[in-house]
Amino acid sequence: MGENKLKLEIVSAVVLMILLLGIVPFVLDPFRMNLMSKYLAFAFVAIGIVLTWGYGGMLSLGQGIFFGLGGYMLAMFLKLEASAPELPDFMVWSSVEQLPLWWEPFRRFGWTLFFIVVLPAALAYLFSYAVFKKRVSGVYFSIVTLALALTMTVLIVGQQGDTGGANGITDFRTLMQMPITGDGPQRVLYFVEVFVLAAVIGAALFVARSRLGKVLIAIRDQEGRVRFSGYNTAHIKAAVFALAALFSSLGGAFYTLQVGLIAPNAMGVVASVEMVIFAAVGGRLSVVGAVVGAVLVGFLRSYLSETFPETWLYFLGALFLIVVLVLPNGLFGLLDRWMLTREKRRPENINVLGVRA
Amino acid sequence: MSFDIAVMQAFNGISLFTILLLMSLGLAIVFGLMGVINMAHGELMAMGAYATYLTAKVCEHLLPGWWLAAYLFIAIPVAFAVTFAAGYVIERGLIRFLYNRPLDTLLATWGLSLILQQTYRSLFGAQEVSVPLPGWLAGAWEPTADMQFPLNRLFIIALTAVVGIAVYWLLYRTRWGLEVRSVMQNRPMASAVGINTARVDAMTFALGSGLAGIAGSVFTMVGSTNPGTGQLYIVDAFIVVVFGGVQSLLGTALSGFAIAESQTVLEYLMSGSMARVSILALVIVVLYFRPQGLFASRTRS
Repeated sequence: MGENKLKLEIVSAVVLMILLLGIVPFVLDPFRMNLMSKYLAFAFVAIGIVLTWGYGGMLSLGQGIFFGLGGYMLAMFLKLEASAPELPDFMVWSSVEQLPLWWEPFRRFGWTLFFIVVLPAALAYLFSYAVFKKRVSGVYFSIVTLALALTMTVLIVGQQGDTGGANGITDFRTLMQMPITGDGPQRVLYFVEVFVLAAVIGAALFVARSRLGKVLIAIRDQEGRVRFSGYNTAHIKAAVFALAALFSSLGGAFYTLQVGLIAPNAMGVVASVEMVIFAAVGGRLSVVGAVVGAVLVGFLRSYLSETFPETWLYFLGALFLIVVLVLPNGLFGLLDRWMLTREKRRPENINVLGVRA
Repeated sequence: MSFDIAVMQAFNGISLFTILLLMSLGLAIVFGLMGVINMAHGELMAMGAYATYLTAKVCEHLLPGWWLAAYLFIAIPVAFAVTFAAGYVIERGLIRFLYNRPLDTLLATWGLSLILQQTYRSLFGAQEVSVPLPGWLAGAWEPTADMQFPLNRLFIIALTAVVGIAVYWLLYRTRWGLEVRSVMQNRPMASAVGINTARVDAMTFALGSGLAGIAGSVFTMVGSTNPGTGQLYIVDAFIVVVFGGVQSLLGTALSGFAIAESQTVLEYLMSGSMARVSILALVIVVLYFRPQGLFASRTRS
């Protein structure tokens, strides 16, 4: 990423944080605040998509898997806490008599947190390294991840007794004895979420401007040449993919906390494609743009479906068409271009040869 | 497993196979040959289904009773014509700006699919609509007590055979097919020898869409249609095409057959959802070993 672009990103990140911490919580009513928290949960995924798709050229249509993994793991902990010492209610309804073995680690918060951070990233690394090693790329990679997202949802819906099936896991009130429902706790959670989001934005910007980010761009543009230069491109791509999975998992955990449930439809094919669209609308090459895209599309969705319940999908569909046809680099691409032309006009930026400095 | 059950399993597999093939044939042309990821393909199928529904309604009101028995023979060409036209318009209005940007076609056609879904919801309502099955397709052919071949399934199998042969003939035995194949292999070169590539692109996309319409029309015989129907089909269709290896229509057919037969056998052994999971996992594993699909054509590009 060029110096100017980085400056633009940092400035916008700071502005974004001022908005999210200083203005949004004091302007929105609790209901809107809760929606905002939900959109920000998707922003985590969108940031990961900027790194993998925008910078790395790997378009995953299955980011919902990692979002869902994070969300489900936290939900399992919360559910066990809510129903202790009994079994979770949906297990009782499906006449499961003993807690499945793979639920056991989620009795403890420490382990839950550990798995939320480590498991999706590890799975993402193993899966994508294998796939990239075989030089599956481009559209094929997208379709394989799409198939994976479908597999996950079919699996979860099918194993009703162990997973809560299509209804998902719901009905929890406390996180380690602290209430998580109601306006006050959700406000606290909102601030925690924004702080973690700030850390994720920082990490993503760091990666994007680091040597790793430069190699990643090189791989996107000419993978063969980078490979011949001695880089293990599969390893680099898989590492970035794992990082994106980690971000998504964190987002899923916050989603569970804020929305109060996690269900297969939050991680399925449709949800996963929509997550890509958040990144596309904001700008596939901008970390901050991804956050803005997630919030913007989320709000548009809520606003339009309330105001035009009959026809709102027209607007949403048209938005995607317009973004792809007119703004291929999203809203931040527009901002970037505008800054660039403004700078070009300044005489001191043009040297003797007439080339932009 | 007795002989009768084995025959019935095989028949169920073939029946599923023909449905998968109808679903993915159009996509194999649009995605496999043209490299366009058309997420609105499912909505084009729904368009064919709605066209069939409307044709049935019109036949019911305007034409004498016995016409109703024959409405399918009107409805299938109508569905083809409607979706063919829609595909032509989509290609000219949207897709042609996005060639060589496959991932962008995905996003744009996703937007298009949302618009189409909303259109169906506005026009036909959110509920399911269904088309009455003509009397001569109800019932089943029962050669023995344990074997039952539903007539509508037999009809679908026959129709798929006809459609499959027609597509093969069109692409491999006509001059137009030759032009299509040459444009898909090397666009600039085809253009240099005087082929109107823009026209070929539009017609190819329209043909793929028209095939989706036929699929949609046929699906009204086995299920009802609602605005979201298309999304149910689209992922399966993609998996069939990718599994078979894009750029190979024969691959698509064989992969559809493999998936359908294993799905029916597994469904016999375990629950439906687990069978589906196993198939999807199997597809992913096979793609790992053969990233270009089972029947990839060998090229140097």
